[in-house]
Amino acid sequence: MINKTVGSAERALEGVADGMTLMLGGFGLCGIPENSIAQLVSMGVKDLTCISNNAGVDDFGLGLLLQNKQIKKMISSYVGENDEFERQMLSGELEVDLIPQGSLAERCRAAQAGVPAFFTPAGYGTEVGEGKESREFNGKMHILEHAFKADFAFVKAWKGDEAGNLIFKGAARNFNPVMCGAATITVAEVEELVPAGELDPNAIHIPGIFVQRIYRGEHYEKRIEQRTVRKKV
Amino acid sequence: MSLSKEQIAQRIAKEVKDGYYVNLGIGIPTLVANFVRDDISVEFQSENGVLGMGPFPFEGEEDADVINAGKQTITTLPGASFFDSALSFSMIRGQHVDLTILGAMEVAENGDIANWKIPGKMVKGMGGAMDLVASAENIIVAMMHTNKAGQSKLLKTCSLPLTGVGCVKKVVTNLAVLEIQDGSFVLLERAPGVSVEDIKAATEGNLKVPAEVPEMKF
Repeated sequence: MINKTVGSAERALEGVADGMTLMLGGFGLCGIPENSIAQLVSMGVKDLTCISNNAGVDDFGLGLLLQNKQIKKMISSYVGENDEFERQMLSGELEVDLIPQGSLAERCRAAQAGVPAFFTPAGYGTEVGEGKESREFNGKMHILEHAFKADFAFVKAWKGDEAGNLIFKGAARNFNPVMCGAATITVAEVEELVPAGELDPNAIHIPGIFVQRIYRGEHYEKRIEQRTVRKKV
Repeated sequence: MSLSKEQIAQRIAKEVKDGYYVNLGIGIPTLVANFVRDDISVEFQSENGVLGMGPFPFEGEEDADVINAGKQTITTLPGASFFDSALSFSMIRGQHVDLTILGAMEVAENGDIANWKIPGKMVKGMGGAMDLVASAENIIVAMMHTNKAGQSKLLKTCSLPLTGVGCVKKVVTNLAVLEIQDGSFVLLERAPGVSVEDIKAATEGNLKVPAEVPEMKF
């Protein structure tokens, strides 16, 4: 067993520097690496390029890095829920690259899988496809999209073991598995960290080979963005 | 009488067939789930990684780890599954999802759709819309026939930045059910009490009117 545990967020984020490209898992505020984000805030690293489906809300998630003006560029599919984001984007302080959600996921997966580029129909004939190579397959037009390149990937899982094996819960899985192994160093934070051998190998979602560092996160807030309920009759 | 948003959803629900996997967009499409017959088996897919979505949870039973693409807390039904975003779009891009229902700002007579960006206004992003419209074989657009200024949303060509080209097959509005065929909107059904003339007046794109245009049935 190759032990991937690092003990703390401080040690897990060693080597993160100004100007780096980071991948961050999560959909909205669901399944975001809360502890790694908090550590990025306290390190104060800046000029970051962040690849993440969304950009958090004003006072949580990636919104915390935006408040601190640590992000130079966001690569996302949807960024609507954040006033500070809008202010920085309209003033030109923040560069934003909006890409279709499926292409965002596949560009992560391609990086993980060692596939340099792929063709997808998403965005053909729109401004997303402008300047990109296009080609017809089976009578339908596609555009060429490239794998991402990133320095660090920060993911959040439900359970993990010392070997870096990960299990996700519910819809908090989202982009987290496809970012594992898609950057030079993948840092996983988990709610529960157990010794190797305690997780059923049949139940592992992401094998430890894709993870370089793992630690147990603390005080998960798991904020809900849209609390919707129905009344008991 | 033009239809309410609920009635548009109710009419679209008739297009949902037994055994369908369905992706619902935000807005009117979300309401469709409320009107699907309960004697057929349908599973709803949410692109953030849920298949087999159920209704909203009861108060106190919300789980922050179980949300839909609108970031709302949801529940799952027996047979449900969770998966990652790449696999979710494998379902969509790989055409395993049978029906996609989404809203639009504009639809053109050639099937082009615009629903993600208004130049000069805050751009939030396309989310999964471009992947959905580019890949789905069976797309129904749910929208009002005209915008707030009374202008037609069924156009010769879209004026807004496109989400996808030549992809829309069917449109259900507050006035009509239309199918896109060979560069025209073909009028299939009228909302109760709405005349063909009303629909002609509200449609900028080329409209083909068959000899018989029945009223919608619910």
